[in-house]
Amino acid sequence: MRKLSFLIAGAAVAALSGTAFAQFASGYSWKTGPEIYTHVCQGCHMPDGKGATGAGMYPALAGNRKLASPLYPVLVMLKGQKAMPSFSDLTDDQIAAVANYVRGNFGNSFPGTVTAEQVKALRAQAVQQQMRAPG
Amino acid sequence: MTEDLSGAISRRSLFAMIGKTAGIAVMYEAMASMAYAAESTFKGPIKLAGAPMGASVLILGSGWAGMVSAYELRKAGYKVQILEYNNRAGGRNWSLYGGDTYTELGGFTQHVGFDKGLYLNPGPWRIPHHHRGVLHYAQLLGVQLEPFIQLNYNAYVHSTAAFGGKPKRYREVEADFDGYIAELLSKSMRQGALDQAVTKEDREILLAALKNWGALDNNYAYTKSEKQSDRRGFLHPPGGGMDAMPIPSDPLSLDDMIQSRMWSAIGASKSYDVQQTMFQPVGGMGMLGKAFGKELADVIRFNSKVIDIKQDASGVTATYVDTVKGGAPQTAHGDYCICTIPASVLSQIPINVGAPMQAAINNLPYSASTKVGLQMKRRFWEEDEAIYGGITYTDQPNRMIGYPSSDFFKKGKGVLLAAYTFGSGAVEYTAMSPAERVQKTLDYTANIHPQARTEFDTGVGVGWHRVPFTLGCAGSWTEATRAAHYKDICAIDGRIMLAGEHVSMIPAWQEGAVLSALDAVQRLHSHIVQGA
Repeated sequence: MRKLSFLIAGAAVAALSGTAFAQFASGYSWKTGPEIYTHVCQGCHMPDGKGATGAGMYPALAGNRKLASPLYPVLVMLKGQKAMPSFSDLTDDQIAAVANYVRGNFGNSFPGTVTAEQVKALRAQAVQQQMRAPG
Repeated sequence: MTEDLSGAISRRSLFAMIGKTAGIAVMYEAMASMAYAAESTFKGPIKLAGAPMGASVLILGSGWAGMVSAYELRKAGYKVQILEYNNRAGGRNWSLYGGDTYTELGGFTQHVGFDKGLYLNPGPWRIPHHHRGVLHYAQLLGVQLEPFIQLNYNAYVHSTAAFGGKPKRYREVEADFDGYIAELLSKSMRQGALDQAVTKEDREILLAALKNWGALDNNYAYTKSEKQSDRRGFLHPPGGGMDAMPIPSDPLSLDDMIQSRMWSAIGASKSYDVQQTMFQPVGGMGMLGKAFGKELADVIRFNSKVIDIKQDASGVTATYVDTVKGGAPQTAHGDYCICTIPASVLSQIPINVGAPMQAAINNLPYSASTKVGLQMKRRFWEEDEAIYGGITYTDQPNRMIGYPSSDFFKKGKGVLLAAYTFGSGAVEYTAMSPAERVQKTLDYTANIHPQARTEFDTGVGVGWHRVPFTLGCAGSWTEATRAAHYKDICAIDGRIMLAGEHVSMIPAWQEGAVLSALDAVQRLHSHIVQGA
């Protein structure tokens, strides 16, 4: 059943988008922490890591005490949080790299590092986003 | 599907995909139940009457859902008031025109340099003929609609990995795909491979159908001919006088056609959401929100950022701050409240609803999407390439080029929707500065239309996660979250109801917001009347 619904969702994406070229398999090609941050995270958390405020807000990563726990950013990326979609289409290596990057930059210097193995161990909790073409 | 495509695809698996018609029918049924192919359930204008004397409803947000709610409830006799964060009505129904200034989250400001009358629709840009709710209000508001051209056989399909990066006309791709599939099917049918699936009598009919569908010759082969070129286009089309003899074109080879993956563009205009006929308002999608805002001008309070929503036995109070004048927080009150604030924002506002509705609000991620409009000094796609409206599909990150469906043959400038992205591509586009979005999009466009390099004038790019009033494109439900929370997001919680595209099975379409609001006001009204 799970597999069936995945196939259905996939077919719907293809039908809606019509651009099911191989390159559009979800995911990101970037390798290092700064690359991943620049091309993925800063869309919301902003180039300076300070977040932003409009009708609602994006939390700052700079000086964010929640990052003191090394696995906190990992779980947020794997599962998403409220309106933030999951970024489980990042690989274990990518998640570890960018988690370490945000924990050690923007004025942060939280001790400890995240390894890809630790991310892998949490994979079971990952939430898969549905990629759909909006109207 | 993308999974399948990342690996090599064999002729057999392609063939199997086509042949499984029963499976496809079942799949579409399942898709319909998940709203992927859902049609509007609009039943015609609603008529509410008999609001209790003096009863009031506070509405939060003046997008489609908020304005439909306000309009219908006011008509029924309720006192209505809308609080709106923006300085305009419409919400995601929005067009950017020359002279507009748009500042996204992070403070990046764009000054739109389009010529008069030209625009980009950062949000919705097309209305299906069966979105009867939206069409009803467009008519009611006197907003003029014109055809939106979705499918253009003369637009391109482009892949950086196929045919040296040279685009193919949509008609070539579709004709060759259909032709080869028809040939393969008829071959296996004549070899008896499908004898178990079809009766002998049906087989003869099907063979005739395949010949007709695929433009096959008398030997059931898809071969270079006038008949074939009548589908895929001629090298030299039939003319008049001396030089009139047509010269057929060469089809792509079967292998090239399969390997190019360009066939994946064929499904794009087949889905129910985008089947012709489609419409757009003359002058930009934003004309609808603008007209509705005018109709409700005396009940909308702009520049009002809601920071708290509280209900008690006597009603609902929203606390808000004036984003322009500042000052102490103010309050607005209604006996009831229809809240259309996107869940991305509402999940950050204290609101005393029950745990189930709060959980629904808290468990709805918002998807990424980006649009980039490029103004060109002349409409070269029309003048040089005979492309009038429609969409080119590409495997580059910009994904699509949408050609304007208005002002055909007009001299002067035109605006291309030169990028329309979603998924991880949209995330990356959003992470760029506006200038980068425009520059990248220009580069991608020039790979398909080299004229773009010299004809480019100015551009604007909107990434929906940076849009201050929504923080995302649309509510991104999954089957699992629907099962867990959809009922609760639609509930009446004390004196509060939610409405918007996120409270519908047609997410990310305007019709979803309209239908959600119509359902909310009808249920709220009967709830109030029965309780009165």
